[in-house]
Amino acid sequence: MKLKGAEILLQCLKQEGVDTIFGYPGGTVLPIYDALYDSDIRHILVRHEQGAAHAADAYARVTGKTGVCIATSGPGATNLVTGIATANMDSVPMVCFTGQVVSPLIGRDAFQEADITGITMPITKHNYVLERTEDVPRLVKEAFYVASTNRPGPVVVDLPKDFMEREIEYEPYNSEINLRGYRVMKGCNYGQVVSAAELINKSERPVIYAGGGVIASEAAEELRQLSEKRKIPVTTTLMGMSAFPSSNYLSLGMLGMHGTRYANYAIGECDLLIAVGVRFDDRVTGKIAEFAPHARIIHIDIDAAEIGKNVDVHIPIVGQVKEVLQAINKRIETIEEFTEWHQIIDRWKAEYPLRYGASSEGRIMPQHVIEKISELTQGEAIITTEVGQNQMWAAHYYKFKNPRSFVTSGGLGTMGFGLPAAIGAKVACPDRPVIDIAGDGSIQMNIQELGTAVAYKIPVIVCILNNQYLGMVRQWQSLFYGGRFSYTDISSQPDFVKLAEAYGAIGMRVKNTQEVDNALREALKVTDRPVVIDFWVDRMADVYPMVAPGESLLNMLGEE
Amino acid sequence: MKKHTLAVTVENRPGVLTRVATLFRRRGYNIESLAVGATENPSISRMTIVVTGDDKIIEQVSKQLYKLVDVIKVVDITEERLVERELILIKVKADPNVRSEIVQLVEIFRARIVDIGKNTLIIEATGDSGKMEAIEDSLKPFGILELVRTGKIAIVRGPGHSI
Repeated sequence: MKLKGAEILLQCLKQEGVDTIFGYPGGTVLPIYDALYDSDIRHILVRHEQGAAHAADAYARVTGKTGVCIATSGPGATNLVTGIATANMDSVPMVCFTGQVVSPLIGRDAFQEADITGITMPITKHNYVLERTEDVPRLVKEAFYVASTNRPGPVVVDLPKDFMEREIEYEPYNSEINLRGYRVMKGCNYGQVVSAAELINKSERPVIYAGGGVIASEAAEELRQLSEKRKIPVTTTLMGMSAFPSSNYLSLGMLGMHGTRYANYAIGECDLLIAVGVRFDDRVTGKIAEFAPHARIIHIDIDAAEIGKNVDVHIPIVGQVKEVLQAINKRIETIEEFTEWHQIIDRWKAEYPLRYGASSEGRIMPQHVIEKISELTQGEAIITTEVGQNQMWAAHYYKFKNPRSFVTSGGLGTMGFGLPAAIGAKVACPDRPVIDIAGDGSIQMNIQELGTAVAYKIPVIVCILNNQYLGMVRQWQSLFYGGRFSYTDISSQPDFVKLAEAYGAIGMRVKNTQEVDNALREALKVTDRPVVIDFWVDRMADVYPMVAPGESLLNMLGEE
Repeated sequence: MKKHTLAVTVENRPGVLTRVATLFRRRGYNIESLAVGATENPSISRMTIVVTGDDKIIEQVSKQLYKLVDVIKVVDITEERLVERELILIKVKADPNVRSEIVQLVEIFRARIVDIGKNTLIIEATGDSGKMEAIEDSLKPFGILELVRTGKIAIVRGPGHSI
């Protein structure tokens, strides 16, 4: 059968199980779009390539499948870059196809030429330039394999236009993966598992510190078993938020810079820290020398390079979190009784709960909005966030029940992530409510994606916590720069209700605390278009508790 | 902080050198020298990388290198019995009155004169880093006009395979 490179590409995507692509057409991807015209793969046309990358990323985060996006060469490809870096920092499996100028023009500064493989080398797990049409099946196969196995990550495949146009003889076949420099990790070191289990059985004040690796490895159940068998309190990172139910008695919530006091105190006092699928990020550890000072540390991660990168550990175990936890769980003894350790933590929880005061301006408190969202969706929604205060409040006050429910740019901290991510999540999970918890700053960074949501009748809900500030930066200016609010007041802003309506979405404005519940209920009923709710919240509300950067976790700011 | 010699086998593909170099720059590792070339297997290249760092840094370097899909194997051969070589080419001022002195030096170092100009000589020498530095120092007083030097390449002695 004679097929064009672009047609072979789509056949290979189908073979990989791809059902949805997020993308934006352009000159060099015309052959691919021409082939898409006849394909039953669903293509979601975004309004900006960055939106495609974030949507594909979120699609991957909520399903565990590999997300796929496509953009044209040059500016199309460079517009993906922030989205690729976001996925890379949060270890999200994603394959990005970029158009490239015809091969004879590569390197000649042709129209819309950019060296996207060069540009993305440090922010991808791997990347490829197609060198001939015959290589399409191998590259697609390798790209999905690399993106989705071991520690997942984004892979870019750059496709020169002429290789997509060219027709070659093609029969579908199952090509073997042959990558001598890349092996999929199986099993783990038995001796280490035994030592870890012994340490767990002996410890009196253990804490589990769980991260995104638990979710990536589908190990939430194994984590729960470990925690419940030994009655071990669990604190999660931002990326691990939905890996352990917030309502579980053993949940300590998030740790780190904006961690709960009880989580950070528990880290300070524990005698054993079981670090699972985490990377000891600076936002988690604070001053590294004073992180978990009394603890032996077990570190479980799929990525050997994470072991010992930031913190020296006593028992490193490299392997799939799921497999490792299963092996450990078999070797630990169940305990029935809660101990003195739990009493200490209970006291901290009672003394230092997450809390917030009333608004001095008589406005809505942003935390209240999130508590309401949590209550009305019973913790079953998919929550996406933008970046900043909105993100931290979402982590504090939404009571997550299930893994893959919290979609947030943890590592890179990408403003403008939430709306396109909500679209990607809703496309993947049409039956679950999907809510973007946004700030008035972040939402304006990819607001154009309202157009996408309207066009495809994607009923996501955008809750703007509007304080007319770049709130987190303003908070730091309050704390560390003498209240000099340099360029963080963004009170000159569009009317978000009219803006939503201009796009064909529903816009609502909520100024009173009493109206919050009703507005959210109304929004949750909408099934055929996006809803934007502009909550006018307290302008000076801050995220507490807080650990100043580089400080010990025990040194927390905010009301005691 | 100690100099380590890493033997790294990689896929012989375009862009691999960039990937490795980018990794070192991005993570702030200190490359002393890097030499790369094809091996007995045309699909595989071998890099010899000399990097400075304590054991923890070298462990990280090695692990981070392994994360590159095109990197096949990384071995720290610092403690092995090695044959190590660098190549240096030095163009030195050589007026007729000092020529014989330079020729003597070249013989002592078992180096070679590979070009004779009107007032210049080009000297080629191979050896380990110490010898390279010594020959450079000895020729300095005559006036070095140009100097180029490869990175170190190394192979483990005896029947064992380095990699």
